[in-house]
Amino acid sequence: MSGLTAFINARLMDPASKLDAKGGLIIKNGKIREIIKGLDVPQVPYGAEIIDCEGHVLAPGLIDARAYLGEPGQEQKETMATASQAAAAGGITTIAAMASTDPCVDEVALVEFVSRRARDTAIVNVVPTACVTRGRKGEEITEMGMLAEAGAVAFSDGHRAIGSAQVMRRALAYATGWDLLIIQHPEEPSMAASGAMNAGEMSTRLGIPGVPSIAEVMMVERDLRLVEMTGGRYHAACISTEASIKAIRQAKDRGLPVTCSAAAHHFALNELAVGEYRTFTKVSPPLRSEADRLAVVAGLEDGTIDCIVSDHSPHDQEAKRLPFAQAADGSIGLQTVLPLALELHHTKQVPLMRLLDALTRAPAQMLGLPSGKLAEGAPADLILIDLDMPWRITESLFLSRSKNSAFEDRPTQGRAIRTIVAGETVFNLNEG
Amino acid sequence: MTAAAKSLDNPIPPNSQLAQGHLLGIEGLNPLEIAYLLDKAEGYVDHNRQVDKKLDLLKGRTQINLFYENSTRTRASFELAGKRMGADVINMAVEGSSIKKGETLIDTAMTLNAMQPDILVVRHDQSGAVNLLAQKVDGAVINGGDGSHEHPTQALLDALTIRRRKGTLAGLTVAICGDIAHSRVARSNIHLLNIMGARVRLIGPPTLVPKSFERMGLEVHHDMRKGLKNVDIVMMLRLQMERMQGSYVPSTNEYFHFWGLDYEKLSAAKPDALIMHPGPMNRGVEIATDVADDIDRSAIREQVEMGVAVRMACLEVLCDQRQPR
Repeated sequence: MSGLTAFINARLMDPASKLDAKGGLIIKNGKIREIIKGLDVPQVPYGAEIIDCEGHVLAPGLIDARAYLGEPGQEQKETMATASQAAAAGGITTIAAMASTDPCVDEVALVEFVSRRARDTAIVNVVPTACVTRGRKGEEITEMGMLAEAGAVAFSDGHRAIGSAQVMRRALAYATGWDLLIIQHPEEPSMAASGAMNAGEMSTRLGIPGVPSIAEVMMVERDLRLVEMTGGRYHAACISTEASIKAIRQAKDRGLPVTCSAAAHHFALNELAVGEYRTFTKVSPPLRSEADRLAVVAGLEDGTIDCIVSDHSPHDQEAKRLPFAQAADGSIGLQTVLPLALELHHTKQVPLMRLLDALTRAPAQMLGLPSGKLAEGAPADLILIDLDMPWRITESLFLSRSKNSAFEDRPTQGRAIRTIVAGETVFNLNEG
Repeated sequence: MTAAAKSLDNPIPPNSQLAQGHLLGIEGLNPLEIAYLLDKAEGYVDHNRQVDKKLDLLKGRTQINLFYENSTRTRASFELAGKRMGADVINMAVEGSSIKKGETLIDTAMTLNAMQPDILVVRHDQSGAVNLLAQKVDGAVINGGDGSHEHPTQALLDALTIRRRKGTLAGLTVAICGDIAHSRVARSNIHLLNIMGARVRLIGPPTLVPKSFERMGLEVHHDMRKGLKNVDIVMMLRLQMERMQGSYVPSTNEYFHFWGLDYEKLSAAKPDALIMHPGPMNRGVEIATDVADDIDRSAIREQVEMGVAVRMACLEVLCDQRQPR
């Protein structure tokens, strides 16, 4: 056994190098050893295991910058083992675990716990993030320097906004000491507190208290001022409104160190999906108007929105089978983020390369990861994508411990058919 | 203009704050004035090591130490300096005084002024309070530290300590580490070292050492090992406990890990780099005990000794300016 594996007959797509060509690659010891355009069988080294990609897209494995993995504290909803199986089936090879666990990841020991549990139980890479403030209370900043040394790749209080401008200012300033990334859940907390869905005609009709869309842009604009003042690296997670996308586009034009992401549900659904009080569509920030959804698509297309995230938020029936306003926020998303992104390719709204960029190169760069690219020496985290395969998102396919998907029964097109982490196949549809 | 101001060996220009009879800050002093004060102080160092320390240069003068903030070493140092120079010294602490009963700063100043003191040493928790008071009294005013503004005698005693150890200030590289944003000691030292031709680096977390200091012509470092590289002097500052509980710095543990002076970080500095601290120290927070107590490297106790000599020199020079003997 030479320990070599050759992928042949693939369509190589690598957003980092803008490569889109027929070819293949050779991996060894968990790393990409060689990328060969037009690779065919005679070029394969003797003894190598050969994987015929049959013309499918071979791309870097997806990196999900925002997913809640249940551990520690809510293992009845999700575990790293189950989440990582779902991720593998969805083409995700690296998950940045949200810090909003119980207890939340605000101490070095918890960062180490997440890393250790991931190593022992997860079949994809899991990198820890840590809280910006102690106990996610929005008051005192955490030991960011030591948390980063322990392995935290970014800082976020999860689905809780850092409400105090002074605390946000100090966090951004303090983080510049190590060029750390602060991730905000951009929602003015005092305006969002009582709302359960987007404020508008739909919420009026349903009689559900609304979160006005300006609650988002108010927070984004405030934070952008603080970024300008402090020079801190800032990421607005899951932005959902036209106004906040515009604000971030302008900030990028001014050269501020700002990135943002969109969750798949914000470009795949609008507020009408709430329908007859479907609590699986209750997410934070809420599903918005059709104009906002189109703005998210346009923001992805022009690169204002850097990353696509799953915002995977598993909830058990006890948390979701409740009157709408009392139900928990969030949808699972690890297995659906890629097909939903590919829908924008099929509808010709966003180029495939840009979509893959938002799922690989952009999050890798933002989180400072060595993966997310097809490059010699890079980790052999790869996926094989069948762009066209039609299928239906059904509950029975979900590998997550929770089944609360906002996309249940949705017909879709395209999916990951094989997922490789550090050279090892962790998911293979044909053997599944 | 006084006769003293015109004499050849007196470098004090007529528009200087010293010529007005005040020492409110280092900012605005010229290099010759600073050297003059240091030279005078130098003479008192040996004097203070004698058995008989009493002089009569300020015989008959009254000195009031007015301290709106708690202080042990600065007040004791000023009191000893005044007494050794022969002045009559009284201490007024805010505790138990009419200030606690709500008297304003200016009213207190006017009241004390009516008692005809020759020298007022004032410490106040508000920046600019000492300048305000100086406008209202007839005697000489020495700033014993105002808010986050200046602490001129501390900078002078630090300069004297460095000069005695290194021979000169010009050309040295000095790192000032810690809570620069809130430190009057840092500001006075920055001014003095700039004026005397030393290079200054500021080291600390971005929340306590904002980049805005770069506009004062200083290097700002957040990585202590980089900041200490090849420095001649390491000046540590005290970190107030209330700034370490998540507002500016997350914890004392993290602070010491990244910005506490230990031998590991100190190894980046020159092998003969001098360690200084204005006191009181938080051992294990901004400085490791073994470093603080290193008799070959630490000048911390020497700084306290220089403090008395420097303050004697300041008292002498200011009284000379007002009323030459």
